[in-house]
Amino acid sequence: MAYVHDAEKEALHQPHSFWSKYVWSQDHKVIAIQYSLIAIFAGIIALVLSAMMRMQIGFPGSLEFMDANTYYQAMTMHGMIMVIYLLTALFLGGFGNYMIPLMVGARDMVFPFVNMLSVWFYFLSVIILLASFFVPGGPTGAGWTLYPPQAITAGTPGMEWGIILMLVSLLVFIIAATMGGLNYVTTVIQARTYGMTLLRMPLTVWGIFMATILALLAFPALFVSGVMMLLDRTIGTSFFMPEMISMGQQTDYDGGSPILFQHLFWFFGHPEVYIVALPAFGMISDILSVHSRKKVFGYKMMVWAIVAIGVLSFIVWAHHMYVSGMNPYFGFFFATTTLIIAVPTAIKVYNWVLTLWKGDIHMTVPLLFAVAFIFTFLAGGLTGLFLGNVIVDIPLSDTYFVVAHFHMVMGVAPVLVVFGSIYHWFPKITGRMMNDKIGMWHFWITFLGTYAIYFPMHYLGILGMPRRYYDSTAYEFIPQSAHDLNAFITIAALIVGAAQVLFIYNMIHSAFKGKESGPNPWNAASLEWQTPQTPPVHGNWGEKLPVVHRWPYDYSVPGVKEDFVPQNVSEQELEANKVKL
Amino acid sequence: MTAAQLMKTSGFESVGGGANEWQETPEVIALRAKTGLRILMAVITSLFFLFIVSFLIRSQIADWEHLSAPWKPLANPWPLWINTGALVLASIFLQWSRISSRKQEARRTVETLVLAGFFSLVFIGGQLAVWQQLMSLGYFVSTNPANSFFYLLTGLHGLHLAGGLMAWCKTVVKAWRGMPIKQLSSSIELCAMYWHYLLGLWFVLLGLLTSSPETYAALVRLCGL
Repeated sequence: MAYVHDAEKEALHQPHSFWSKYVWSQDHKVIAIQYSLIAIFAGIIALVLSAMMRMQIGFPGSLEFMDANTYYQAMTMHGMIMVIYLLTALFLGGFGNYMIPLMVGARDMVFPFVNMLSVWFYFLSVIILLASFFVPGGPTGAGWTLYPPQAITAGTPGMEWGIILMLVSLLVFIIAATMGGLNYVTTVIQARTYGMTLLRMPLTVWGIFMATILALLAFPALFVSGVMMLLDRTIGTSFFMPEMISMGQQTDYDGGSPILFQHLFWFFGHPEVYIVALPAFGMISDILSVHSRKKVFGYKMMVWAIVAIGVLSFIVWAHHMYVSGMNPYFGFFFATTTLIIAVPTAIKVYNWVLTLWKGDIHMTVPLLFAVAFIFTFLAGGLTGLFLGNVIVDIPLSDTYFVVAHFHMVMGVAPVLVVFGSIYHWFPKITGRMMNDKIGMWHFWITFLGTYAIYFPMHYLGILGMPRRYYDSTAYEFIPQSAHDLNAFITIAALIVGAAQVLFIYNMIHSAFKGKESGPNPWNAASLEWQTPQTPPVHGNWGEKLPVVHRWPYDYSVPGVKEDFVPQNVSEQELEANKVKL
Repeated sequence: MTAAQLMKTSGFESVGGGANEWQETPEVIALRAKTGLRILMAVITSLFFLFIVSFLIRSQIADWEHLSAPWKPLANPWPLWINTGALVLASIFLQWSRISSRKQEARRTVETLVLAGFFSLVFIGGQLAVWQQLMSLGYFVSTNPANSFFYLLTGLHGLHLAGGLMAWCKTVVKAWRGMPIKQLSSSIELCAMYWHYLLGLWFVLLGLLTSSPETYAALVRLCGL
């Protein structure tokens, strides 16, 4: 009966040793922390790269090693790491793994072994990516969009090995994301506890659930383009590579379509924005509700907005390609869908504000980050409306206006959510509070600092300053005022970058020495705060799974002494203990 | 608003899924595995859909040399039809195994399961033979984009089948170790679902690869590409 024994072990996956508990762990919480630590490590590398770039832009020539090739390599790696290896991995692999089973009342993900494979494939993808810093020619400098033919043509930095490692790393990452995604979606569909209907799930779960569906359907587009470009580079196929002369020599390529790559890339690339944004939307809704002691305004509308944004995100991709020479009717179509997607997005912004309206707002660090997110997302979203229109986009294309837009909307805004969420859920993960004072300093420097960085960039863009230029001092049409502004932006960026040390210090110090938090320091109603132990132990719920009786936003309920009612409190318990609660 | 009013949440009923004990029931585990497989098949569909769209767009560029044109290797694709026959047999035997396992016919279940694996290997071997034949005729992977797509699509389909064969191996090992048919049946069920899916996918790919240039042009026009 060996198989029965094996089957039980597999289902319980009870860790027995240090290795099975912390390294080859199948526990979703450990996997989440592994994902997060790898992602933060990668993010720090990307942050340093951005500081190097800013030094070159603000004070050209100040870094001796920074030539044009190094600049483009730093730019490419910064973009790719931030979008894929930090934000996607952190939101889905990190928060998704930690939150989904706890919030829906499951013991773990439904396929724990596959989940473990997911994090190790992710680790492998990061190793492959970082290996490109050490190969001849260095990492690819093709820009994060990796457009052919430039990406694999002689003269582009990293054309030898860097681009190969980048593409292989992306393929491995996609396999990792798919393995994780299968778990997140199946867990939400199949492993919710008793009483946890879909419309009793916190918006965090809704956001991550929908983002995962997007990832599962959109990442194949990156996979397809990655495989085909890899074959173009390694065995000389001509999927994307046109007939061309390079360095005075006729290449062996013939007839490939670079525009086809762009379509595939952005068919992935635009949903990718929402793969990052939807979990952020969900998490911010929960943080706002808890810290303003109010139910989320228009919960059902919020759910449907998440679903609508997810669906619409598949039909807006070509607004990234207005200047690629496509049919003007296509431009009209994609501009229209882009404007339509603003509707559910605006609904969400209104509902966040109305959630705060007349709430019992507690000015905690997570709440501050949440409010900062609303401002930042609004600013970034509005410039998105500008750029979504062909006639405005064409003059602004390839200027710093675009850089400012996408950094506000999918750089700073989601990162603010990451910070807010870590401050919010840290007590559940570690059992300790993060230091409030350091948190406040971190918040104000980051929030004001990022505005000092990105607000002036809009002006630079309208002025016509092109992005991607290695040395802007060589061009007469760029005025001195733009250079002065760039120096200012660089100083702000360095300050914001350095301020992140406060956050790292706070996280590490608080994990070991922070004030003990107790199980539910924010008096939150959702299920993850109701675990019998904090931090939750293996299996999450002890002997019995929780039974859910209500939605997760019962705050300030009239007639109840405490201003929140946990999801697992029944109506009878509520009646019997009205005073006590 | 009272707590009772707040409690009134509409929507689908919870599927539960979790027993109050640590160990899930085999039915629950099987249901979850099926859901997971269905989602995986959706991902694979998205992957091949995008390859097919790329194929169609690339086929409209002048340098494309149709493999199905007269005097070209796929003008008479009988080797592919033989391979298709092997995959159809694999699918039939898996279905047979699935039905037998439901009827608790242990011997028939295992026999048909093994035969399904055998015909799957025949299919993969046959596809490799077609590759070799093409290469012996000078149709290498990078000679023309039509060739590149042929190798790419058949190769990826074969890799997906090879992945399925790993699950098949695991099921055969379970049977060999004496797992009762009742418990084995959920694994066979999953294999059967996946094989049928890959057979359907292969029919689509076969249709695409052996169609005429006019069909490609019509499809591209139909899609507005």
